[in-house]
Amino acid sequence: MRWVGRPLPRYEDPVLLQGHGRYSADLAQGARFLRFVRSPIARGRILTVNAPPETPMITAAALGDVKPICPRLDRPDCVAVAQPILASERVIYVGEPIAAVISDTAADAEDLAERVTVEINPETPVVTLDQALAPSAPLVHEAAAQNTLIDARFETAGVVVAFTSADQVVEFTFTSGRQAAMPLEARGAVAAFDTASGRVTLSASTQMPHLLRTGIADALGIAESELRVIAPEVGGGFGQKMALIPEYVAAVWAARHFACTVAWIEDRLENLTASFHARDQRLHLRGAFDADGRLLAIDADILCNVGAYSNFPATCGVEPLMALADMPGPYQLTEYRARARAIATNTCPMAPYRGVSRPVITAAMERLMDCAAARLGLDALEIRRRNLTAEFPHTSVTGVVHDPGSYREAMEAAAQVIDIAQFRTRQQTARSEGCWLGLGMSVFAERTGPGTPAFAARRMVMTPGFERVELVIDPSGFLEARIGSSPHGQGLKTTLAQLVADETGIAPRDIRVVAGDTDRTPYGWGTFASRSLVIAGGACKLAGTKLRERLQAVASQVLEAAASDIEINDGRAFVRGTDLSIEVRQLARAAYHQSHRFPAIAETGLSAVATYDPYGTFSNACHIAIVAADGATGQVTIERFVIVEDAGQLINPMIVEGQIHGGVAQGIANALYERVVYDDAGNPLTGSLSDYLVPTMAEIPKLEIQHLVTPTDASVTGAKGVGEGGTIGAPAAVLNAVSDALAPFGVGIFEMPITPQRVLHLLREAERKAQ
Amino acid sequence: MKPVSFRYFAPRSVDEAIDLLAEHGEEGKILAGGQSLVPAMNFRLARPASLIDINRIDALDYVREDGGQLRIGALARHARFETPVARGVLAAFLPRVARHIGHLPIRCRGTFCGSIAHADPASEWCLVATTLNAELAIMSRRGRRNVRPNEYFAGALTTTLQPDELLAEIRLGLLDDSWRTGFAEFSRRAGDYALAMAAAVLRLEDGRIVDARLGVGGAADRPSRIAAAEALLTGSDGGPDIVREAGNIAAEAIEPLEDIHASTVYRRDLVRAMVRRALNQALTR
Repeated sequence: MRWVGRPLPRYEDPVLLQGHGRYSADLAQGARFLRFVRSPIARGRILTVNAPPETPMITAAALGDVKPICPRLDRPDCVAVAQPILASERVIYVGEPIAAVISDTAADAEDLAERVTVEINPETPVVTLDQALAPSAPLVHEAAAQNTLIDARFETAGVVVAFTSADQVVEFTFTSGRQAAMPLEARGAVAAFDTASGRVTLSASTQMPHLLRTGIADALGIAESELRVIAPEVGGGFGQKMALIPEYVAAVWAARHFACTVAWIEDRLENLTASFHARDQRLHLRGAFDADGRLLAIDADILCNVGAYSNFPATCGVEPLMALADMPGPYQLTEYRARARAIATNTCPMAPYRGVSRPVITAAMERLMDCAAARLGLDALEIRRRNLTAEFPHTSVTGVVHDPGSYREAMEAAAQVIDIAQFRTRQQTARSEGCWLGLGMSVFAERTGPGTPAFAARRMVMTPGFERVELVIDPSGFLEARIGSSPHGQGLKTTLAQLVADETGIAPRDIRVVAGDTDRTPYGWGTFASRSLVIAGGACKLAGTKLRERLQAVASQVLEAAASDIEINDGRAFVRGTDLSIEVRQLARAAYHQSHRFPAIAETGLSAVATYDPYGTFSNACHIAIVAADGATGQVTIERFVIVEDAGQLINPMIVEGQIHGGVAQGIANALYERVVYDDAGNPLTGSLSDYLVPTMAEIPKLEIQHLVTPTDASVTGAKGVGEGGTIGAPAAVLNAVSDALAPFGVGIFEMPITPQRVLHLLREAERKAQ
Repeated sequence: MKPVSFRYFAPRSVDEAIDLLAEHGEEGKILAGGQSLVPAMNFRLARPASLIDINRIDALDYVREDGGQLRIGALARHARFETPVARGVLAAFLPRVARHIGHLPIRCRGTFCGSIAHADPASEWCLVATTLNAELAIMSRRGRRNVRPNEYFAGALTTTLQPDELLAEIRLGLLDDSWRTGFAEFSRRAGDYALAMAAAVLRLEDGRIVDARLGVGGAADRPSRIAAAEALLTGSDGGPDIVREAGNIAAEAIEPLEDIHASTVYRRDLVRAMVRRALNQALTR
């Protein structure tokens, strides 16, 4: 019996669906509550912080020598900036923590926080990219001239020649609105001080328990063993919880200082305005094409508004450097020039967000392809056929190696599913009736499961990448898999159990995957970058193979057969070609309680450890959307959405489709709905879910998904990551579809989200020009 | 996201409720469905010192026809109107409006009268009350009074309801079979606050409009009837040119709100489109 490839229901779900899951806030009973006093001013000097007498208030002065958060990149084009745990001299964004109060209930703490008066001498903030880059712009950080935290460049020798010899040069500016990742559970933590051991156990809504332990221990100047970090049930992260935050440092400090249990449970207003944002980007893109539509060169100027600070450990380079390295995507390109900058502003800081930059660069590249096709009279499929990479492995112009994929095949398959010819007929008829339909596609390659080589190339001082797994069979024959990854909704415990089951012959129901507890699991980097299935899964497979060999050694002794003749399946060890067999649980019992009989496993017992650190692997997909645009209101409705995805070997197809569903929904949100808005003074205006428009089930169409499977040896399981693809591909498909719908008016879309108001405005402008 | 401390009262009768209102005045606030009030309290935008919860006053929970009117008690929830509450044109019209109100859990708690008391510019029921010129029955220890929407809505979230008064009942005149209705709303997501909406209630005789009520909501600080468009419609056959022009008149007649979701220009565009859709709906039924 093989478990890999089966759509097994998720082991995680029954507990969650019955309401038994324990999230950070569920652990706060009996805790004292922290409430942060946050800056109401985007930029200014703090004059005084006052509270009524006897208010239990923590300020920067109380924290003493607690160190600020200071993530670093080891590159000369990068300026490191330090984020204080509590601001004491200056505030540089609305929402920045200035002080914390502590009380017995959350409501009471909120009352206390209201009574703290903060006097700030306000200064003119820089909110937008243009303001930050203006010649005499005020500096967010003195150390960062021109508000530039990163200024990375890349150029091949022949770019200028390529543009001179081009038949067509397509050029435009593309902007992406700022998004918030919007996990259903906001952030939060409970820090419990244990008087007996002097340790603190921090239960936090995080994607990276081990890195949190490192970061907090470093900030407080304590040994990591003084701290245990647990990620209990975590209600989504999407990258927002992939960072060390001042609030957690303060919570652990307070638990130690007051020798008690302290909880900080973020509310939605804080989460939307003062956690992390993403995607606030502007690209100026030029593409050179020959007369046959072949892409000769790209010239890109990439600007990322990264807010007030840099995040730990990913840094504010996460967006610009990803954009710089991955801009060519699935296309062959030999000449490339790019400049990618991280620009500081007096706004909420940036963190990684599902897809990291690629939703934006993919949308820009796919718009480029459609624009070039229109100029050259080619159709959207044909121009892509002429440019997509078809030979693998393929080393991109920036040195990124793509393992085998199905870039063209996925596109052709998606085109077949949606039947483009039939759509074009329907589109013509609809246009004659004043109904504006459009079809748009996107083709992309998604780098997943990057190991240390990928992050070392980005020159991160803290270089993530490997994952380590420990498998242990206990005397009762159950298997525990302890992993450094930290799943938070992905169903990883189910998929890893499937992988381990196939290696060890122990059924998934007898396998417990333990994650998110630094006392119980090997040091790991957490769950992000579509890495956990590839890397932790790879480590599980490698460790599972070792463990099977150990079970075979024990069985060979018990059944008196050669180890190579032992097969293990469905909880039993068999001697091949005989009817001799024994239950694994009996082997386990013997291995522990009669260990003297099994010298072959004397050192390891029934356990195995493996570490996996791959280069990384590329999954790929084609998305095609059909939309209808309402000429009277500007409303865009998605009629159909087709995805042909190649994620290599599928471990659990149902979970893969779940990832695609959620990802596409967030991509559609990026394309049509979500935008964080600031006013000129740097005040966030989208502090609730009635203003920050997260689409609901009603706005997301039924998704039609097909899978292709291209074998790869870049991943020991053959599986490629699939966590971000939906988010990456969907905006481009939607924007191309809206542009196609509005083509009769000569309107093309180069911004997202494209709101109904903007659609109508562009239509009106086009009408005016036509007159 | 936790409210300021407040005192909580749960009266069992209307008399008890209006006594409490008289006692607490400006500091008191009626809690019915709580779908607007409670979030506002959690954001600390609303800070009532006393909440007077009327949910236990069974006498306020009714919808009934009486004397040519549909009488809606203060505890009638939105969800009650998702299916026709009675026979006839009015009862058939209300479900088409009700499904635009928030989401199901909101409709199961929020009340018709609560919406009118709250007077959100995007409230569907405020538009319906204005378009149909509802009678608003108000009670206090000082006595009872009935008002019409034009003397009730005073601006966004602002009405002429006094601090000691309870909006006890809304009365909508029934519509006979000669009436046709239409409703159109535009919001960004299903269940969002309307950026613009229109209600058209037309009486037809021999293919001509003999009486027209056209209301616009969501786009300005309060719902309004568009008298000039009503005049244009009345006596006409409601042909395409008339409908188009009615949309134009409405778009120019309002003083549009402006926020991050819609500029004044866009709100006028939406009013134009919603008025045309509501009219077409009414005329093709």
